[in-house]
Amino acid sequence: MPEGPAPRRRGRTLAQQESRAGLALLSPTLIVVLFMVVLPILWTIVIAFQSLRLRNLRTRLFDFQFTLDNFTTVLTSPGFLEALKVTLIYSVVGTALSIGLGLLAALVVRKPFRGRTLVRASMLLPYVAPVVAVTFVWQIMLNPELGIVNAIGADLLGWKEPIPFLEQRTGTISVFGLDLEVPTALIVVTLYQAWRYFPFSFLFILARLQALPGELDEAARVDGATPLQRFWRITLPQLQGVIALLTVLRFIWTFNEFDDIYLLTQGGAGTEVVSVRVYNYLTGRGDIGAAAALSLVLALLLVALLFLYFRFFVGREEADAR
Amino acid sequence: MSRTDVDTGVAERPRAPRATARRPSRPRPPLSREVVETRILGVLKWITIAFFLVATLFPFYYMVELSIRAIEDVALDPGALWPPRGASPAAYGEVLRSVEDGGQGFLVFLRNSGMIALASVALTLLVSILGSYAIARLQFFGRRQVNFLFLSVYLFPAILLAIPLFVFFTRIGLRGSLFGLVLVYASQIVPVTIHMLRNYFQTVPESLEEAAALDGASRLTIIRKVSLPLAMPAIMATSLFVFMIAWNEFLFALLFLVENRANWTVSLGLSQLAGSVEVAKTTLMAGSVILTLPIVVLFFATERLLVEGLTAGAEKG
Repeated sequence: MPEGPAPRRRGRTLAQQESRAGLALLSPTLIVVLFMVVLPILWTIVIAFQSLRLRNLRTRLFDFQFTLDNFTTVLTSPGFLEALKVTLIYSVVGTALSIGLGLLAALVVRKPFRGRTLVRASMLLPYVAPVVAVTFVWQIMLNPELGIVNAIGADLLGWKEPIPFLEQRTGTISVFGLDLEVPTALIVVTLYQAWRYFPFSFLFILARLQALPGELDEAARVDGATPLQRFWRITLPQLQGVIALLTVLRFIWTFNEFDDIYLLTQGGAGTEVVSVRVYNYLTGRGDIGAAAALSLVLALLLVALLFLYFRFFVGREEADAR
Repeated sequence: MSRTDVDTGVAERPRAPRATARRPSRPRPPLSREVVETRILGVLKWITIAFFLVATLFPFYYMVELSIRAIEDVALDPGALWPPRGASPAAYGEVLRSVEDGGQGFLVFLRNSGMIALASVALTLLVSILGSYAIARLQFFGRRQVNFLFLSVYLFPAILLAIPLFVFFTRIGLRGSLFGLVLVYASQIVPVTIHMLRNYFQTVPESLEEAAALDGASRLTIIRKVSLPLAMPAIMATSLFVFMIAWNEFLFALLFLVENRANWTVSLGLSQLAGSVEVAKTTLMAGSVILTLPIVVLFFATERLLVEGLTAGAEKG
């Protein structure tokens, strides 16, 4: 970040003036963020230790008898570990798929061609469109009676009976005579997540691709490196930075994801991620304390995972580079 | 560099008899692998583009197609894609008509969503223009920390924020009001918009502002008359970004407004519509089109501006 030029700090009073103006201009931002983001986060920590419910909100809000009950409740409740597992699988696979697809999409529209702008805009559509609308279209496409997917499956692929993609916990597919159990609904929501969020990776990888200096690629071409070799050895290493950044961002957002899964399956059929559980504690049971405790657990877990990522993964990469 | 790979290419070449025979006439034989790969990749590229186009566009086509078909027809022949037989805009009428007229009252929801989105844009811009200008231009204590603080906000799940805000707004009686929701949206988007605008303000030459300052203009006058007009592209992109987020948002609308039907947004109205059994899927699709159309039109009209505004600074890696 470039600092402001030195000549501005001619006199001490001028510097003071500037400092005051800076804080004054920033104060609306600080107030909004403080009251609507920072304090609520701190308050969540307090709530997590209170036995607060929707029905005793009026009387118990300022009752500061702290207890660990909420944490015991959410950590020992049946299905907690399962939700944790589902969240992890969904986040890791979803992140990898969405970045992989984004990279592929960016590579194919890298060079100009007729109609490229339109193609690029179309590829961004899943990300731009409202989540409620796109989840409903997916629901209907995958619907056992009305959906196009099952219609195609029955007409062209000879499916004997329709597959309830979003209601089936485990399905069986036969590969070479072997019957494999697969978590149908979880696979579908993960594919949906890749479909909806690859445009984000696409956008950023494409921007980076187009800013790459052409000389390296050209030099490698003159030296006889083939297109695939140039991709693996020249282009991909230069994308490492943006891909690492996308990995962190997408992982955070997928890990905290609520809307998509809630709208697709309401967390049913083996797709209950932790954030959906938080929502259910909050509105279903009206147990505000437990909801706060679980959301804190979720945030702490994320911090721990990110710490591990930076400590081992990024650290090793830098060591390799040296 | 991958010396081994290149070597393999050279070693493989003589095995092809015709290549050996023609060797003298070919000045750069190792190119053959280059040519083969380029051709194959050239074909694969178009197949991939086609795949992405179908994958991204088809659901939207399907949405529109179902919205103008009769539900009985869909049940009979779910695989029919073209032509939409018995096309009629009946579902749209049902969705848009007010509840008194036997419809779903989406016109009111459209108005609510529009008002929320516009108010969020206005509030976010007001706050973040001042803030980002300060971060970009002025030296003051804690400048770097502020930047870090804003970005760290993004670590926390929305659902974590939702709980205290839910409690707070319930207590002060703002839950269910559009104003409360606008406040929540603005505060959540401000950290991002500050970041976007700050990047742009830094590219505006400072000498222009200094000239204005020498002429005796005050700080606010400088921002209004000099910096803002120059930063217009970024401000437009930011506005569009905020509008889209506020229009599409679901979780907070659900938590805050669900008990107050008069204030429902289109997203919320549509999700509640899906819950009732008697509403046909085709009606649901008409609602989805109504929800999506404004965003898609806005997006295609301003795609270039928006993409450049969003990825500004990303080129640096």
